[in-house]
Amino acid sequence: MMSDLPILSLITFSPLLGIIVLALLPKGSSRALRATAIVATIIPLLLSFWLYADYDGAVDGKPYEEQFTWVDTQFDRLTGTSEGTLSFKLQYEMGVDGLSLPLLLLTTIVALMAALASIHIKKRWKSFYIWFLLLEIGMLGVFLARDIILFFVFFEMTLIPMFFLIGIWGYMGREKAANKFLIYNGIGSAIMLIAFVLLISTAGFNIDTQTFSGSYETIKANLLDMQAAVNVAEAWTGNYSNLFMSETMHWTIFILLLVAFGIKLPLFPFHTWMLRVHTEAPPAIVMIHSGILLKMGAYGLLRFGVFLFPEQAHEWAVVLAVLGVINILYGAVLALVQKEFKLVLAYSSISHMGIVLLGIASFNEIGLQGAMIQLVSHGLISALLFLIVGSLYERTGTTELGELGGLAKSLPFMSGVLLTAGMASLGLPGLSGFIGEFLSLLGLFESMRILTAIAVLGVILTAVYVLRSVLGITFGPMQEKYGTLRDARLIEAVPMITLVAFIVLIGIYPAVLTEPMKHGFDTLLQQLSGKVGG
Amino acid sequence: MEVVHKELQPFTWSDAAYLAPEWILIAVAIALVILDLAMPSRISRTVIGWLTLSGLLTSLAFVIWRLIDLKAEAPTEDPLSQIGTVIRIFGDSYRIDGYSSMMKIIFLVAAALIVLISIGTVKEKEIPNKGEYYYLLLPAVVGAMVMVSSSDLITLYVGLELLSITTYILVGMRKYIVQSAEAAFKYVVTGGISSALLLFGISYLYGVSGTTNLGLIGEGAVKAGDMSALMYVGLFFVLAGFGIKIAAAPFHLWAPDVYQGAPTPISAFLGVISKAAALAVLFRIVANVGLLGSYTQPIMGDVTFAVLIMAAAAMIAGTTAALRQHNMKRLLALSGVANAGYLLVPVGLGVSGMHTYVGEFIFYLVIYLFMNIGAFAVLSVISKAAGHEEMRGFGGLYYRAPWTAVATIVFVLSLAGLPITGGFFGKLFILLGAAQAQNYWIIAIMIVTSVISYYFYFGIIRQMFMRSTGEAHEITVPATTGIVIWLSAAVIVLLGFIPGAGMDIIHQFFSFAADMLILYL
Repeated sequence: MMSDLPILSLITFSPLLGIIVLALLPKGSSRALRATAIVATIIPLLLSFWLYADYDGAVDGKPYEEQFTWVDTQFDRLTGTSEGTLSFKLQYEMGVDGLSLPLLLLTTIVALMAALASIHIKKRWKSFYIWFLLLEIGMLGVFLARDIILFFVFFEMTLIPMFFLIGIWGYMGREKAANKFLIYNGIGSAIMLIAFVLLISTAGFNIDTQTFSGSYETIKANLLDMQAAVNVAEAWTGNYSNLFMSETMHWTIFILLLVAFGIKLPLFPFHTWMLRVHTEAPPAIVMIHSGILLKMGAYGLLRFGVFLFPEQAHEWAVVLAVLGVINILYGAVLALVQKEFKLVLAYSSISHMGIVLLGIASFNEIGLQGAMIQLVSHGLISALLFLIVGSLYERTGTTELGELGGLAKSLPFMSGVLLTAGMASLGLPGLSGFIGEFLSLLGLFESMRILTAIAVLGVILTAVYVLRSVLGITFGPMQEKYGTLRDARLIEAVPMITLVAFIVLIGIYPAVLTEPMKHGFDTLLQQLSGKVGG
Repeated sequence: MEVVHKELQPFTWSDAAYLAPEWILIAVAIALVILDLAMPSRISRTVIGWLTLSGLLTSLAFVIWRLIDLKAEAPTEDPLSQIGTVIRIFGDSYRIDGYSSMMKIIFLVAAALIVLISIGTVKEKEIPNKGEYYYLLLPAVVGAMVMVSSSDLITLYVGLELLSITTYILVGMRKYIVQSAEAAFKYVVTGGISSALLLFGISYLYGVSGTTNLGLIGEGAVKAGDMSALMYVGLFFVLAGFGIKIAAAPFHLWAPDVYQGAPTPISAFLGVISKAAALAVLFRIVANVGLLGSYTQPIMGDVTFAVLIMAAAAMIAGTTAALRQHNMKRLLALSGVANAGYLLVPVGLGVSGMHTYVGEFIFYLVIYLFMNIGAFAVLSVISKAAGHEEMRGFGGLYYRAPWTAVATIVFVLSLAGLPITGGFFGKLFILLGAAQAQNYWIIAIMIVTSVISYYFYFGIIRQMFMRSTGEAHEITVPATTGIVIWLSAAVIVLLGFIPGAGMDIIHQFFSFAADMLILYL
């Protein structure tokens, strides 16, 4: 049976196989290198679909959990009533639930598509694919790790490969973009690390075993029942109250987490780095970046910010919703005036991530599910859009809206796909974008009607800027020089069709996503209704 | 409460056997002086380098053997039963315990690696007296070993001076380079100031407590009672004296100049061995004076707080000054200042938390040893190929020496504290310790300065992978330097994957009560 296999570790580390093969291949053989990389991304894809088929939402991923002790180190005690040692324990702990499964699938799909789209990479293939696969390991690990330090390690594992991928294979301003990426995300992870260190040394303490641990479950259980933990601690140490988590400490950690993941998401004032990455990184990498890395921010916010600190998050629901509305409107308005297609898409990403925040802020089942669907849907759509951008740039040498036009004549297939992606992005019913936006807004409407109304304005603006840029590229007068362009090759067409297929699938039958996460939010909502009601 | 006072005993030959590691180094040094004198000048002095290395390794073997032997005698986990296993000689002024033995292992391994780098890169053209260069390293190491083993301030001072004076000469070894002479001069002057401050402080400590024994000073200070003002003067001057040796801000300004002028392996020596010895001794002083005597007095809180301030200042000054630095040696010097700050955190947390912080301290010191020496080893190769020590010398290293570039990534990531390297876990353990002691501000400073340091550490990566130089020829790495680079990278990666193993070994051979404290309550 499947649950006997360490399936989660297999998924996470299967790209490692590709890295080893790549390392053995000679530098110059671009075909062999490319084929290896593609095969190496197919393996986790197949495994994750197998997991999906096997997954039963009712038992919430329990059978797949993996756990062994990674670090268990002892310290001499100094104070307190008892002699002996304290220990610090890190687990290698992997798990999957309704929150991580959809994003896991998204990662494996987009990674394969990006590997296919990497045909446009022109130099240093070997190191490109090695960094690429390391990046995939990091992303997969982020969604599966259940120990907060393990999570952090995987999170940082995405940072370093991205720095190289942007800095070496990007466009003209690549080094600056890579630097900006590094510093902003470095600050983000630094803030996250502060929050995690505080969590481990307060809520991570297990009185019975005298152990500080980074285990997500331990921390969650202790946070839920802090009062009990404190009482035991005081009975045991006398007056030592390190383990007591004051209200201030709760809030401090929650806000630290909000900022840390807000930078990644990105929230409005912290978004400038991602604009540069969108414009300067190679399109295949932007597919990953916009399709998955931004989702890590939302995932982290949900998993650590909201699930660990439901009361604080619920109290700040309005703040989250306002931040979301700002993101939506700011992104939409700026997308409206951009002259460069990649920037339109970048601002559109900001706008769409705002909708995720709205879904979270609703704090009801519909809204939260909407947020999750929006994450997956935007991941697929933006990956598709940047896939097309890469192919367009390859042919026309520009992504300036002013210089593109009438491409439908010479590139009918690509233009059709672009149009579909645009429609999905603006939320046409029947495509995935609609479901995510609709559910998020519907959820928020129950609690905050005025904000929802304002947010809907953003949806209208989205239609305007998407149509403006997409129609501008495909229709209108065509420039002479574009007359001889050749339409998508098979290797470009396959990922486009695949992504469109998934977008349509979710649009028509969203239950493929909602089914596994059906019970994902149960505990959170119960907890909230218990606290708020009582 | 029973304090163990040992009678003053005359020096015996069996005592001398305990000092085997030190004797070996001294004997080898003397033998090499004679050999250098007797050997015809046409024979390359590289052979002296190899003999130095073998002397260091023999000494290392004795230290390890003694350490295992010590702990084998203490079968139980109970720290009280381990107290008897510490060897005290020379009337309790010199001790061989777990702490000093582990420090000695660090010094000897570092010195061996530095000798290996030197064999690969030190040439007669630059350093005419190559023989002298090697056999001066040995007394310097002996000095460091005496320092960590001493439980008396006078012995401590003798060790410190032995270390200092030999390094003054070593810094000035590049005879035909003006900067080297300048560096030596600056180092002598600041080193002199350091010694003066230290002696001044020691005299006050003696005046207040009536003893130079580290264990008794704290006790004496309590008895002194209302003379706590004098105690403050004494401790703060000692702190400042060591601050210079550690190169912690605000006492760090000499470091970039001296590192730049010194031969590259000697810069590594100053950055690792001198720094580690002073830090280790400072930790012992803080722990002893703090925990035993003045535990209840406000003075200890003030002194440890001052150490934390010094740590914070070092982190901030080191990282911000390094931002605009293009000379690699100066950059590594400033990175060493920041790292001194990280290492001072466990010292400053001292006795304030739930548990002791020596494990974290030693663990990070080991990581620091390997990443710093690894970085200096790479630098020694590149500066020789490029003819200068600027950062642009790293340009296009990926094309010219791809594997060295990969190893350099490991060092840089570890220095920056990113996973999955030993540097990450080294910092993480220190951070967790600080969080458990509820010293949240120092956590914030540690993490923020780490992020700032990304900028210049990744600047090196940018040079290696994203720039190119006009020079196309491949860089050849001397075999001995290559060994150092790969060994260091391997240790860093290994400790990144299994940090627990490193901590376990330290915990196994170290007990705070028995090894750190001179007297045990």
